[in-house]
Amino acid sequence: MDQFIFFLNKVMVPGLVTGSVYALGAIGVTLIFGILRFAHFAHGDMMTAGSYFAWVMATALAAMGIVLPIPLGFVVLPVSMALTAGMALFLDWGFYAPLRRRGAKPVTLLIASIGVTLMLQGLVRLVFGSSTQNFFVGSEEKVIYRIDLSALGGTRPLVISQPQIMMWIVTAIVVLALHYFLTRSRLGKGMRAMSDNPDLAQVSGINTQLVVIVTWIIAGALACLAGTMLALDVNLRPDLAFNIILPIFAAAIVGGLGNTYGAIAGGMLIGFAEALAVFNWTAVLRPFEAYLPNGWTFPDTLSLVPPEYKLTVAFVILVITLLNRPTGIFKGAST
Amino acid sequence: MSATRRTMLTYLGLVVFIFLVGLWQGPQNITLLLAQSIAYALIALGLNIQFGYGGLFNFGVMGFLMVAGAATVFVSFPVKPDFWGSDGPMLLGRALIAFLAGALLVWGARHSDKLGVKGAWKSTLVVVCWFIAYVLYRSQLDPAAQYIEAKSGWIGGLGLNPVLGWVVGAAVVAVIAWIIGKVTLGLRTDYLAIATIGISEILRNFVKNMDWLTRGTLTVSPVPWATPLPQDLQAQGVSIDNSFIYARLGFIALTVVFLVVAFFLVSRAYAGPWGRMMRAIRDNYIAAGSMGKDVTRRQLEIFVLGSVLMGLGGGMLVTLSQIFDPSSYQPINQTFLIWVMVIVGGAGNNWGTILGVLLIYIIWIVSDPIAQLLFLNLSHWTEQVGWGAIPEIDSRSLQMRVFVLGVVISIALRYFPRGVLPEVVRRDK
Amino acid sequence: MPIIEVKNVVGGYGGVPILNGVNISIEQSDIGVIVGPNGAGKSTTLKAIFGLLKVTSGSVLFEGKEIANSLPDKLVPMGLSFVPQERNVFTSMTVEENLEMGGFIRRDDISGTLNEIYDMFPVLKEKRRQQAGELSGGQRQMVAMGRALMSKPRLLMLDEPSAGLSPRYVLEIFEHIVAVNKAGVAILMVEQNARQALAFASRGFVLAQGQNRFTGTGPELIADPDVAKSFLGG
Repeated sequence: MDQFIFFLNKVMVPGLVTGSVYALGAIGVTLIFGILRFAHFAHGDMMTAGSYFAWVMATALAAMGIVLPIPLGFVVLPVSMALTAGMALFLDWGFYAPLRRRGAKPVTLLIASIGVTLMLQGLVRLVFGSSTQNFFVGSEEKVIYRIDLSALGGTRPLVISQPQIMMWIVTAIVVLALHYFLTRSRLGKGMRAMSDNPDLAQVSGINTQLVVIVTWIIAGALACLAGTMLALDVNLRPDLAFNIILPIFAAAIVGGLGNTYGAIAGGMLIGFAEALAVFNWTAVLRPFEAYLPNGWTFPDTLSLVPPEYKLTVAFVILVITLLNRPTGIFKGAST
Repeated sequence: MSATRRTMLTYLGLVVFIFLVGLWQGPQNITLLLAQSIAYALIALGLNIQFGYGGLFNFGVMGFLMVAGAATVFVSFPVKPDFWGSDGPMLLGRALIAFLAGALLVWGARHSDKLGVKGAWKSTLVVVCWFIAYVLYRSQLDPAAQYIEAKSGWIGGLGLNPVLGWVVGAAVVAVIAWIIGKVTLGLRTDYLAIATIGISEILRNFVKNMDWLTRGTLTVSPVPWATPLPQDLQAQGVSIDNSFIYARLGFIALTVVFLVVAFFLVSRAYAGPWGRMMRAIRDNYIAAGSMGKDVTRRQLEIFVLGSVLMGLGGGMLVTLSQIFDPSSYQPINQTFLIWVMVIVGGAGNNWGTILGVLLIYIIWIVSDPIAQLLFLNLSHWTEQVGWGAIPEIDSRSLQMRVFVLGVVISIALRYFPRGVLPEVVRRDK
Repeated sequence: MPIIEVKNVVGGYGGVPILNGVNISIEQSDIGVIVGPNGAGKSTTLKAIFGLLKVTSGSVLFEGKEIANSLPDKLVPMGLSFVPQERNVFTSMTVEENLEMGGFIRRDDISGTLNEIYDMFPVLKEKRRQQAGELSGGQRQMVAMGRALMSKPRLLMLDEPSAGLSPRYVLEIFEHIVAVNKAGVAILMVEQNARQALAFASRGFVLAQGQNRFTGTGPELIADPDVAKSFLGG
């Protein structure tokens, strides 16, 4: 039983957390790819910027003496999401739309997004410095639940933090809302149509300008959500994003670029793959030592990948997918 | 105006610019800048071959530079007797054998269809062989790594001439480029970009963590020079200030030879039939393929050739700075910087590339002191207003470079999409 | 007043123009058919009308209003609709969703029109929840037409509607087109199946090398020996 709890604590919980963050980011990336047809490299930095918006507002609220049972970072989410959506629209207007009008190729737009990445990163660090911040402002502290499972025979508790639970709830709500939007609303279906066949969408009279605007709004809002969640779970750092952009791309590509549900699945897949890869299997297999032949023991640590290489897992999955099935495990938008 | 006049005028402007910056920053700094620029110029020429001539989107430049740097260190750093005297070499030898055996196993599995193993069976066999190869390699490497790190820290070098190090670095990079190229060159352009970023990140992770090979985060220094070091000159009685200037000039004299030769060879190739074929492939991939030219092989050629230049430049950079620090390799500093240089300067135009290198590198370096000035002034003002001084001015000013780089590339894409000195398309008569 | 007039239009995709002074004119009640050899500029004419390429000289008038070089999503609310030859359905969306997309611009309740389309194409009603990508060529063509009709256009343009269809479906499509026209929609279509299409065309245009060669009613053109010899394949 203890082994199971250990597994839950070390694999299921982190996997779900990382998976949710990746999924939310990947949805934005895949939407932008499906509708605007380019790889938006600056997405990670949009997440960072969004989380800094939230942090600034939370700090301001704390300075005014406001204390609430849930972290202030959460409370300001609607506003910071709106701000990030606005920023996304601004970035498109300033940097991507002019190039699109000139008929730029997808790679040119990728490079343009790299330029935006650099500007955002530099700006964030210029303004906020390079140090790590605690997202819990004022007198807040992270609330951690230790669930006692002794009734089921366990001696160690299941450890889940409040931000993590909130993250799962919010992610689930967002995913459901998105699903309804895409399948029930006129605009959502218009987005799917444009992702499926942009020429036909235009010919059918679908308001492509509006679809582009809505895409950036959704992508920006979700990026802020993902970034804030991550910062609440770990901590707030300027390079929060850059470490994440490649796993997010991996998730989007694995799920099939343009396929929103694929992005969610891809995000979860990679989140769990990372957790499983660095997991120390020995701890779980210890009880079975008795069944081994005389004198054999498990090595102290038996993990597929040493912890330092955790980031490599996503890259390897990305490269393997690109080489074997560039269209993704699920069917994505045709290239 | 004609292309040649444009080139000359732009270069004139560039020389004036460099001169002014030199006046401001001082001769030591400007010589260092120029020396670094030559190395970057080689790297950028390499990227220009890959992208400007071949249309290939190699975003893994950083990985190549890192590998070349590591190879240069290994070749040129003094020998470590306590490594060679221990069991280290033998253990490494066994790890190498395990590596080769594993590679052979996987290669065999991938070609097992010749033995009649097909379809799903073959895929399973390949996966199983990968797994076995990995476990085998790790089983030999992990104890070797631990032993070396415990006994002698790391394996040290071979104590040979740094120039040889550069050449070896270029060769190693060429091999890696060949492997990567073989595997990835079939991908669509933006997928190729992402794949190369991913691969270079994987490479970086490996090199960073192989403490036994590269001393990891502890860094390796000082890496020896092929030309006299400032310290050597000082020992001969040269003043400290001048010693830096002369030493760097000496370094420049050596490396500029490489640059000139490379430039000449590349430009000749471009103008000749090989260059024409490359451009045909780049401009109309599908048509060229249908004409029977072996497109993938040509692309592989371009990829490897470009990477050779990158390897040379990467080795030079490490030798010049005398430090090999794996964590100093960031995509921003290496990959993106070079890309901006090539795009702003003019992809497909060698003169444009050199211009791009000098222009962008100076802007990159100069952004830091300018930002410092700005921040210091701003900080005085905030102090007066009562908000207190601005903390961490040093590290923030460094970030200005990144911001400026982003601005530059955005402006370039919008207003100079073909670069300051665009490719000169000769009408073939 | 003709519902659509193409007057001396010169245009192309940039570079050498494909249309070198094309003239087309049909009334609201017409079925207009454009035929001609490959490269004559037939599809290009339709695309020029619908703003999908650059018109460098001449004018395109819809109900008297100049519409040359307009954006397609402005033209649909005006009453034009276009069925491209290829990739003319949203393959990842259901039949019903495809039709809904046709009605995107409409602010009123589209269920009435939806039912009309289902009456016209009963097989679509049967397969309304199926993905359009899974349908046969002929059924897809019906989805494409249905989608174009959802915006209640006054002019429906079709680019080679019978392309790639089996003979039975070709007949069926043409019957549908005639029925739509009878319901009050002007038709302008390009066809490779020249004889069959011209048989029910009230205005026929034979194009070659970006210019008009022959104009008349469909049956007139079929009967004309010059036309038959050069352009209708004997």
